[in-house]
Amino acid sequence: MGTAYTPPVADWWREPIERTEIWWIVLAFAWCIFMFVWMIGWHFVGPQNMSNETYRTTVDVYAAKVDAMTEKYTIRTDEATGEPVVAPPPGSDVYLAAMQWQYRPILELKKGEKYRLHISSYDVGHGFSLQPENINFQVYPGYEQVTTVTPNKTGIFAIACGEYCGGAGGIGHHSMLGRIYVKE
Amino acid sequence: MATTTSDFRVDPVSGLKIHRTANTLVKWNAVAAVVFLLVGGLFGLGVALTRMPSVQLLSPELFYLALTAHGLVNLVVWIIFFEMAVLYFLGAHVLGNRIATPRWAWAQFWLMLVGAALVAVAVLGGNSSVMMTSYPPLQAEPHFYLGLIIFAVGALIGCFVFLGTLVVAKREKTYQGSLPLVVFGGVTATVIAVFTLVSGAMILIPTFLWSVGLIGYIDPMMYRVIWWAFGHSSQQINVVAHISIWYLIASLVFGAKPMSEKVSRGAFLLYILFLQLGSAHHLLSDPGLTSAWKIFNTSYAIYLAVLASMIHGLTVPGSIELAQRRKGIDTGLFTWLRKAPWGNPVFSGMFLSLVGFGFIGGVTGVVMSVEQINMVIHNTMYLPGHFHGTLVVGTTMAFMAVTYWLIPVVFQRKIALAGMAKWQPYIFSLGAWVFSIALMGAGTLGVQRRHADITFAGQPLAYEYPEIAKGLMDLGEIFGVIMSVGAVMFIVVVLASIFTGERIAEDSAPWPKVEDADVVAERTGKKHVGMWGMEAPGTFVLAMILFATIVLYYFVNFKYLSTIWGLS
Repeated sequence: MGTAYTPPVADWWREPIERTEIWWIVLAFAWCIFMFVWMIGWHFVGPQNMSNETYRTTVDVYAAKVDAMTEKYTIRTDEATGEPVVAPPPGSDVYLAAMQWQYRPILELKKGEKYRLHISSYDVGHGFSLQPENINFQVYPGYEQVTTVTPNKTGIFAIACGEYCGGAGGIGHHSMLGRIYVKE
Repeated sequence: MATTTSDFRVDPVSGLKIHRTANTLVKWNAVAAVVFLLVGGLFGLGVALTRMPSVQLLSPELFYLALTAHGLVNLVVWIIFFEMAVLYFLGAHVLGNRIATPRWAWAQFWLMLVGAALVAVAVLGGNSSVMMTSYPPLQAEPHFYLGLIIFAVGALIGCFVFLGTLVVAKREKTYQGSLPLVVFGGVTATVIAVFTLVSGAMILIPTFLWSVGLIGYIDPMMYRVIWWAFGHSSQQINVVAHISIWYLIASLVFGAKPMSEKVSRGAFLLYILFLQLGSAHHLLSDPGLTSAWKIFNTSYAIYLAVLASMIHGLTVPGSIELAQRRKGIDTGLFTWLRKAPWGNPVFSGMFLSLVGFGFIGGVTGVVMSVEQINMVIHNTMYLPGHFHGTLVVGTTMAFMAVTYWLIPVVFQRKIALAGMAKWQPYIFSLGAWVFSIALMGAGTLGVQRRHADITFAGQPLAYEYPEIAKGLMDLGEIFGVIMSVGAVMFIVVVLASIFTGERIAEDSAPWPKVEDADVVAERTGKKHVGMWGMEAPGTFVLAMILFATIVLYYFVNFKYLSTIWGLS
């Protein structure tokens, strides 16, 4: 007797569970535990993990760091934009700023080397999206996140914006770009 | 409050004892929902036609306006209005009960309507194109936030009217023993809804005060953490609501009863305890939160809400298989499924919702909420692909399916244009399935969401997505148009039925009722069904296919993750 829209029998909690359900629950729960352990395990054995290093900052403080790095390590001007290309040495701190509507400065890194990449925003929230690698982080004003990155391919990489950040006409969220060159 | 017999009618279609006032409230909420589905769908069509690289219909200004409107209307307004109708139906109609405090229920309706109208005025004014998420420091006009707050207060009142209605049913003994499973599902949805709406108030009230200048600063990270307790949990209400509808339809169409009340109720309980932790899914690639926090929350402790969903995914089709077998279709693995009424949109819509939600929304949801894998999909087109796979393929399809059953019961009209209704679930699902999958493909290839122009035309540092990504966007949006056609078919059927459908007189002869499968089995002496020692072996095989898909897709994504730059 019964349906899903009528009250169940009085002692429904004593009814035995059928085998189809038991096997499925056991299997599903085993997979749940596996996924939980694997996600923790990747932090120890996997080479791609979110950084846990974040600092509070202000636009002025962060801009000063970006400018100091740009002044110190500019190696040439970019052909497309005429703007400086900055090549900080391997192992150093690299400062990237998101702003309406670009990522600056343009960077040049070496393949196989580690860099401490700092990212913050000068105005609203943005998204760091490295293409075609498709690496995506959220970026806030007031927060400076530090990720240790190791480029494993050479080439020209674009940084698109992953978080809607306003704009209109030809200029806005959809036109926001930056660039990273990776050399041997 | 004393009720007289004339306050109720006995519905010839369903046999339910229906409180007239409750019925009026269900009607108005359902009609408002469908009208908003139409409005939001039109904005969605504009978005789809702009995101096709080969069409690009709208200017960026209009695109961002349309995307904001589409998100709010379809993700919030259509769904919550429909859920109010569902809650009142569960509390009053299903239990043969009167609705508590009808005046407060009307307050719910009008507050939600006024709130939605205020938001609409703000968005259409053009200065509040901040997307449905409205992340500060981007700022909308004050009445944008105020409208959302009023809407949320209305919905919160609706939740308490539902809970009050349950108290009335208990006190006036309109049912015996425990609540029916679908009403228990409604309680689950309501508990989550209260959490959701309170979170929404917690963050939107200060944001409103900020927009009028009374508060100086809203921390962008704090905003996202609390906003998603509203934004994500509101979608969990939908999951619970549409799963309850699956159970309801299985019983209505097949006379099925839950395989095990204990298991299904236990799974709903897991939702109450763990589902809301999932709002962390949106914060996995954020600075300032630790991995320990992310892992605990994104996995709902130890994936306990995923476990619950996997359980419902088996028990709903399992209950259908069991009912079919008990009624005599007990041969082979899938005869029960082949002989299901595929021409009845109540069933076909429900089953398409179930399969699509599991394979498209469910599989991808489990994989994308892994902390590390989130880095290669966060805020790409994968996201809209995924949540159309849950909200459209799953929730909206289920709501449409149950509407075909509700119209004769609630509006006392037969379905007009039955031929169109028969095809509607297939066309809508075809569009929605391919749309979701194609967008997820494009997102995997890097295409970013919420972009008015994915070609970066005219930019000095221009980047071009792979050709196949652009092709997938074209393909996806073509099927987005097919999905819109399916939605319009639904709206046409609903409006035609409500206004021109053949009237069902109150005193007409009762419609034939589907017999409980249990009763049939008792009569025919069919005690043992199934094969391999399982009562629902066909469903078990289907579940194994789902399981294999999840496992395979999980490791494919880790393989892809392992090839990108080192990050730590």
